[in-house]
Amino acid sequence: MITALWIMIALAALLGMILGYASIRFRVEGNPLAEKIDAVLPQTQCGQCGYPGCKPYADAIAKGEADINLCPPGGEEGIHKLAELLGVEFKPFGEDAQPKPKAVAFIDEQTCIGCTLCIQACPVDAIAGAAKQMHTIIAAECTGCELCVPPCPVDCISMLPIEEKLTNWKWRYPVYELRQTS
Amino acid sequence: MSKLHSFHGGIHPPTHKKESTQSPIMTAPLPAQLIIPFRQHAGEAAKPVVQVGERVLKGQLIGEPVGAISSSIHAPTSGTITAIELQQVAHPSALPDLCATLVPDGLDEWGVRQPLSYRQLSSVELQKHLRRCGIVGMGGAVFPSDMKLSHPVVVNTLIINGAECEPYITCDDMLMRERAEGIVRGIEILRHALGTDAVLIGIEDNKPQAIAAMQRAIDESSHPFKVVVVPTLYPGGSAKHLIKVLTGVEVPSGKLPTDVGVQCFNVATAYTVHRAVEHGEALVSRVVTVTGNVEHARNYEALIGTPFSDLVALSLPKADTDRYIMGGPMMGVELPAVNVPLVKASNCVIAASDALFPPQPPAMPCIRCTRCAQACPAELQPQDLYWFAQSDNFGKALEYDLFDCIECGACAYVCPSSIPLVQYYRYAKSEIRARDLEKRAADLARERHDFRQFRIEREKQEKAERLAQKERAAAEAKAAAAAVAAATPADPDADTDDTQQIRIDAALARAKEQAAAATPKNTETLTPEQRAEIEAIEARRAKIHDLAADAGADDEPPKNSQGN
Repeated sequence: MITALWIMIALAALLGMILGYASIRFRVEGNPLAEKIDAVLPQTQCGQCGYPGCKPYADAIAKGEADINLCPPGGEEGIHKLAELLGVEFKPFGEDAQPKPKAVAFIDEQTCIGCTLCIQACPVDAIAGAAKQMHTIIAAECTGCELCVPPCPVDCISMLPIEEKLTNWKWRYPVYELRQTS
Repeated sequence: MSKLHSFHGGIHPPTHKKESTQSPIMTAPLPAQLIIPFRQHAGEAAKPVVQVGERVLKGQLIGEPVGAISSSIHAPTSGTITAIELQQVAHPSALPDLCATLVPDGLDEWGVRQPLSYRQLSSVELQKHLRRCGIVGMGGAVFPSDMKLSHPVVVNTLIINGAECEPYITCDDMLMRERAEGIVRGIEILRHALGTDAVLIGIEDNKPQAIAAMQRAIDESSHPFKVVVVPTLYPGGSAKHLIKVLTGVEVPSGKLPTDVGVQCFNVATAYTVHRAVEHGEALVSRVVTVTGNVEHARNYEALIGTPFSDLVALSLPKADTDRYIMGGPMMGVELPAVNVPLVKASNCVIAASDALFPPQPPAMPCIRCTRCAQACPAELQPQDLYWFAQSDNFGKALEYDLFDCIECGACAYVCPSSIPLVQYYRYAKSEIRARDLEKRAADLARERHDFRQFRIEREKQEKAERLAQKERAAAEAKAAAAAVAAATPADPDADTDDTQQIRIDAALARAKEQAAAATPKNTETLTPEQRAEIEAIEARRAKIHDLAADAGADDEPPKNSQGN
């Protein structure tokens, strides 16, 4: 009877040690769920979700602190993807967070005074320029987050919607012509 | 005769080739103006290198290639460039693209032509020449031909595509009938550049005259090329399917023909290679079939940039023609307008009417009869791809190898429910491509954002370090001063606690020394009156100084004390 008890205690201690070692040896760095969520987010870093960037929002969703419908740049498709990833119901956008067509910032270089405030605001370093030098947007790297618009003291930044060109044209979803019969 | 192989599926649509092969190729007259798009090839658009108002000669470079996959654009005739602007082009979107407008002067004067003797040239030199001459695949894909010669693996079979499987189109057929010698010369140049031995020329059995002409030209040239007659089966002219039929080798999904040691060129490409190398002529014209609902269907040799309306007018379209299709009826696209220009890819223009191409009956639901799967030459499951594409399930569509679809239209042709299947595949493909680009942009943005965060953090740290270093230096200086003060107790006035005070005192002392050392230089040769005046001024100054000192001692501004 006592022997059995000792065997059980020894087994428990051994297994406990193995588990303890494994939890140190095979520790997963970071939060894998947050990484997966971050991969779905559009990386505009616009802060429209109320968090300072896509990664913090992903962390908040992973912890269950934030809703999945707070990212307008991701569009409804983004919500669907998040819902699928997290196994929750789709949730439509709120009244104040509607997706807008994609745009890039444009600096009116005649008006720019070279104050560098927009450069400091840009989350992806997509503005080139220096103090008292003209600034310009690197359009290929602009995410259209609009964060550079409010700091500009001379209101020289505007958001230009991305136009459809031959290079970004897409085939349309097939539609059928309805013909009037009578 | 080598053994022929076969591919899965395929269809036998009515060929309608006889209409346009009754008369020989006719050189189209010079149009009133040419519109030359700078994007006529796969890859980056060419960059304009001419100015508006400039006179150009035939074959002169007007657009130079940008990046690796790109090609050159040349003036098709001599004349004046009157505009470089956005104009409507032959694209299903009807969106405009950058084009040069050329008003011909009627002289058709060639610029410098540099014929080369290719036997002395390496493959790389030939590639450069083809790129300079703007040679691209003439079968419709317009992929730069120089890129197809720069292959990293060994190519042991060169296949020349004369199958021309799509209904109505006869430009390659007529070219082979009339210019077989040039084609054979071009094939020899391509063979030389690739360093291959075996050359197979695949021609469908519905072109007996072309087969005979090619065979005759080969016999005369004594090159060991082999003409292989392949059965007429749509889409047997697709490069991958012709390779399968001729060699039995299947190009794996996502791979290029060169990966299996085969390279494929169109007969018209071989002809333009011959013109470019042996005559030094840039690609400025092509043979195009004008057929369909017209009185005189035939082939024209037309300059690049000729408005389709001019060509169609030559063939007299019938009254009920209501639209035009560029390419064949299976894979072609409807032109947004008939006055858009002919480009390097334009092998055919079909005048269409409801009588010729009856409108599709309304699409019915898919009944999963799998007739499309039986017809699919790429051995896909079109009914499943349709289901995934119409429900935006792109991940699944990719799993079912949507990108192996060559958009040949065989599935839609046999569909009993008249579902526009190819349109769904095109939609899904362009959506997937767009998403891929978005994903890459997002990854770039994430990387840049992360780096920015890292940089801000690093700058913060560096600033803190600099501050700490300064403080350390100040503390050290203080300690040193304290040590000095402790070592020299003879100076009891010195404020040992304040290093700054020490420094100020030292600076004041230095300034005093300097002032004492420097004697005023303009006071030596003065009259006694002047000296007296200076002394009076000095005395006044000293008095004011004393007054100010008194006021300062009273802790009141001197002005106030005087006012009281």
